[in-house]
Amino acid sequence: MIPFSLETILYTCAIGMVVIGVFGLVLSNHLLRMVLALSVAEAGGNLLVVLAGYRGGAIAPIIGYAAPGTLMVDPVPQALVLTSIVIGVGVEALAVAILIRVYRAYGSLDLRLLVERMQGDMAKAAGIPRTTSTHAPAGERPLPPIPVGARHQPDAVGHLAPEVQS
Amino acid sequence: MRNIASLVFSVGLAFLLLVIAAQLGFGHTPMVVGTDILAGAAQDVGAANIVTAIVFGYRGFDTLGEISILFAAATAAGLVLGHRRAGAADDPRGGLILGAGAELLFPMLVLVGIYIVIHGHLTPGGGFQGGVVLAAAFFVAVIAEPSKRVNHAAIQVIEGLAGAAYIVIGIWALVEDGSFLKPMLDHGVMGQLLSAGTMPLLSSAVGIKVGSELAGLLAHISESEAGEP
Repeated sequence: MIPFSLETILYTCAIGMVVIGVFGLVLSNHLLRMVLALSVAEAGGNLLVVLAGYRGGAIAPIIGYAAPGTLMVDPVPQALVLTSIVIGVGVEALAVAILIRVYRAYGSLDLRLLVERMQGDMAKAAGIPRTTSTHAPAGERPLPPIPVGARHQPDAVGHLAPEVQS
Repeated sequence: MRNIASLVFSVGLAFLLLVIAAQLGFGHTPMVVGTDILAGAAQDVGAANIVTAIVFGYRGFDTLGEISILFAAATAAGLVLGHRRAGAADDPRGGLILGAGAELLFPMLVLVGIYIVIHGHLTPGGGFQGGVVLAAAFFVAVIAEPSKRVNHAAIQVIEGLAGAAYIVIGIWALVEDGSFLKPMLDHGVMGQLLSAGTMPLLSSAVGIKVGSELAGLLAHISESEAGEP
């Protein structure tokens, strides 16, 4: 039986955030949601590292707020997390910049839609019909169903018409 | 199928992390480094805030790497987003409440940002935190009035000078004392604004660099043409 204590709650929250983030990263079909899931996972990881420096009843590592000799928490994980947060901001900003580019090029951030349109573009650039692309399953198996939002009629070379913007 | 596979993967990850967490003694940090730094930081660096002492003193070289990563991310985002076309439409204005709020908030955010940067060695804060607040001050104004153009050339000059200042302080310590970014100058009285040697200088350099870098990055993202893909 796991003891129900502060330790359990804090670690469960931190690990839960990592798992929720990874779960969202794997499951979501939308690129912006994937970036958000990544930041949730990152927050959980930061929380885990800060927890590694916890000491019961200790104060923040700043001299002069308590009598000398008072127990302080480990400052090294906090400095590491400071680094990690700043780098996380940089990574997320770069990811969002790339998403803006993707949206400008394909008009959507939905992964299924993106794959469809990219395949169409590639087939068009290569001048071959869409069905010969490697994305189509070999043999007798049927094509996977196209998601509801993505029902566009492909033209002669398989290029999808652009999504109608509302 | 994919859902089940990812569920199994996530549960496995949770189990793995929980097992690792169960092995760690909570509240009894096994690290010796932290204890040593807590004992010696007052004599070594002279900064009351030990986290800042680690970031700019013990791990000053890593901080240099960190601001390089931030610089690389900002440059890459600028490269990816490219320039606006001449006639591209702006985002709609932020409205009365956001506009008035931005004008009210701007001086306060700048003041708080500068305070956090220059008191980084005394209170919780430092160059990174204060720099982000400074960037937010300029970014709120950009959101409220998207047609306003940010002067990217000036931002780059400020950012380059701040980054150069950090490196120059490091090289000065290398010439004077034989190790790069070693805390220099007199430690002074702990708790005073002018204390801890070069720590406030490094903190200010990083604060200006992070602030200008993030402001430029966010302005780049908000200036990029939305709409017609």
